Amino acid sequence: MRKKSKLIFLFTALTVLVIQLSLLLKDYNIAILNPKGVIANQQKDLLVFTVLLSAIVVVPVFIMVFLFAHKYNEKNTKSKYRPDWDSNKVLETIWWGVPILIILVLSVVTFKSTHDLDPFKPIESSAKPLTIQVVALQWKWLFIYPEQNIATINYIKIPKDVPVEFKVTADAPMNSFWIPQLGGQIYAMSGMSTELNLMANEIGEYSGSSANLSGEGFAGMGFVVSVDSKSQFDNWVAGIIDPKDQKHLTKDEYNELAKKSENNSVAYYHLHDPNIYNDTIMKYMAPAKDMYNESQDHALMLDADYGGHR
Amino acid sequence: VSFWGRLNLEAFQHDALVMGAVVGMTLSALGVVGYLTYRKKWTWLWKNWLTSLDPKKIGVMYIIVAVLMLMRGVFDAGLLKTQQALASGDSNGILTSDSFQQIFTAHGTIMIFFVAMGLMFGIINLVVPLQIGARDVAFPFLNSLSFWLFVAGMVLMNVSLAVGEFAAAGWLAYPPLSGIEYSPGVGVDYWIWTLQIAGLGSLLSGINFFVTIIKMRAPGMTLTKMPIFVWSVMGSMIMVMAAFPILTATLAMLSLDRAIGMHFFTSDFGGNAMMYVNLIWAWGHPEVYILVLPAFGIFSEVVATFSRKRIFSYMSMVWALMAITILSMLVWLHHFFTMGAGANVNAFFGIMTMVIAIPTGVKVFNWLFTMYRGRIHFASPMFWFMGFVVTFTIGGVTGVLIFRFTTVCF
Repeated sequence: MRKKSKLIFLFTALTVLVIQLSLLLKDYNIAILNPKGVIANQQKDLLVFTVLLSAIVVVPVFIMVFLFAHKYNEKNTKSKYRPDWDSNKVLETIWWGVPILIILVLSVVTFKSTHDLDPFKPIESSAKPLTIQVVALQWKWLFIYPEQNIATINYIKIPKDVPVEFKVTADAPMNSFWIPQLGGQIYAMSGMSTELNLMANEIGEYSGSSANLSGEGFAGMGFVVSVDSKSQFDNWVAGIIDPKDQKHLTKDEYNELAKKSENNSVAYYHLHDPNIYNDTIMKYMAPAKDMYNESQDHALMLDADYGGHR
Repeated sequence: VSFWGRLNLEAFQHDALVMGAVVGMTLSALGVVGYLTYRKKWTWLWKNWLTSLDPKKIGVMYIIVAVLMLMRGVFDAGLLKTQQALASGDSNGILTSDSFQQIFTAHGTIMIFFVAMGLMFGIINLVVPLQIGARDVAFPFLNSLSFWLFVAGMVLMNVSLAVGEFAAAGWLAYPPLSGIEYSPGVGVDYWIWTLQIAGLGSLLSGINFFVTIIKMRAPGMTLTKMPIFVWSVMGSMIMVMAAFPILTATLAMLSLDRAIGMHFFTSDFGGNAMMYVNLIWAWGHPEVYILVLPAFGIFSEVVATFSRKRIFSYMSMVWALMAITILSMLVWLHHFFTMGAGANVNAFFGIMTMVIAIPTGVKVFNWLFTMYRGRIHFASPMFWFMGFVVTFTIGGVTGVLIFRFTTVCF
């Protein structure tokens, strides 16, 4: 009887703990489980699917480990004891076979979804995609909207339901560009251009960050992603271009920005030099050149991506 | 450039926290020296321990060093967590971001190289020769040398606390951050030399124990009669021999970049930081399995002993161990799906990683059915085993998720 009450006590304690934890987490926004974009949604579905499939193996393991521990405890002298029983072909076939089958299913799904959700793959949509060039600096993010002729620091505004094509590079140590509620991450590396295609489907403000240690000011590399309606987005762009006292992003201004600084606040620029992104990549092509002190031979540059993987 | 290079008074100046740690460490070292002198124990220590080639004594010394380093590791972890708890809103906490990153880097390096590796080699030294009925390892002096290289790495690591600084580039020091341009200080050099020296010790140990297991088993002990722990160590040592040379070569290239201006991994002049990340994980992932395989071996022995029953399906266990040994070399890219290698490459490494879950799962079931129809004696090792199965299974699912998920989630 005492043993039974002990078990009941343990079980109750565990239940209370689980309930408390879930109450604690109820109002807590776990970004990956609260997707706000097309890609993030699919990723969450995959997450749930995989957890359920894994449960086929995990749940029996949890049941068996406690069941066996209880039943074959040395105190239960009535239980069978067969010290020499050490093989059973049927059982072994099951636990080599079932996981192989599960992994087979998962492999097919993995292959398919890896291709479907490839970050380089453009998102199909009737809307015209928006291009944003991302440059990781020490220690802030520069976002350039080449078609809108604007640029921002640590702030992105994008229209809802429009595919966004991020082209990502760095003029700094390696960073990882990540907006958890919209999708996965991609490295920002100097001399390379990686791509990330995302599409938000809910208006709101989401946080983004760097997910790869990049030096002293790393912690301050957060940014805000504001998703708005198409018209609000257009107003916002017009508001940045319009005023007379607006800051202008020229080559000189870029060189100032590229210097080390920490915990930068949001800033907006009217873009004056459309080549900044390409020049930043080319700066690291051998032999290294001081970016703007020599006359650049733009004819050498291609309009296509540099160093991309496609 | 003066003879002393960058070794000037400034190298000894630190903030109060680090100075406190330095003074504390120096005082305890002096205390130990004083005690040994007072009790006239130096000859005993030198003859019976420091110069001993007995693998059991070397094993004990490994474990002592690992436990000491664990204390520093725990202290560092405490600092990191305290900082994270305090630094929110307007508060910057107790550490500057530079010291936070140094501690963060040191913590990872210490826990992997000087705690986990130290404990594992300690246990291997203690147990493997006894289990295979050998009087010693194949190369006793080499074994002692490995241990002292491990100690030398450990000392260098701790000297960085007092003289100069430690790396602040993360425990795997990705370039270009760890390159001379972004980390001009001596920290990354400390990190490189610490790992080079300790890593050489590990490689020599790997060769030593592999030869010991192959050549020095007691008469009549064929490979398939070896205890499971010995099999797990053999798998682990095969991985050490395959992976550690990659670490040595990679770190050597990083040193050349830093010391004499080469361009293996720099941003400019054709250097390729992505190559470093590939190479370091081609060592780093097997390293994970180098550490966990002997742990699997230990639990296999524990569950059989305390269930008073033979291990269920010995051959399955052996095949699973060997499969893990080989597969562990084929999954390194899952540490950086975010690099954008392309869907086919990512899918390959994602699938390979899931395949590892199969032999690992088989081991769990074999353990469970070792308990089945046993007479389980619940002492501490068995409780540890129960805890391990639960955590490990949850961890395994996380693993499958990460492999499944990150392939598409970058």
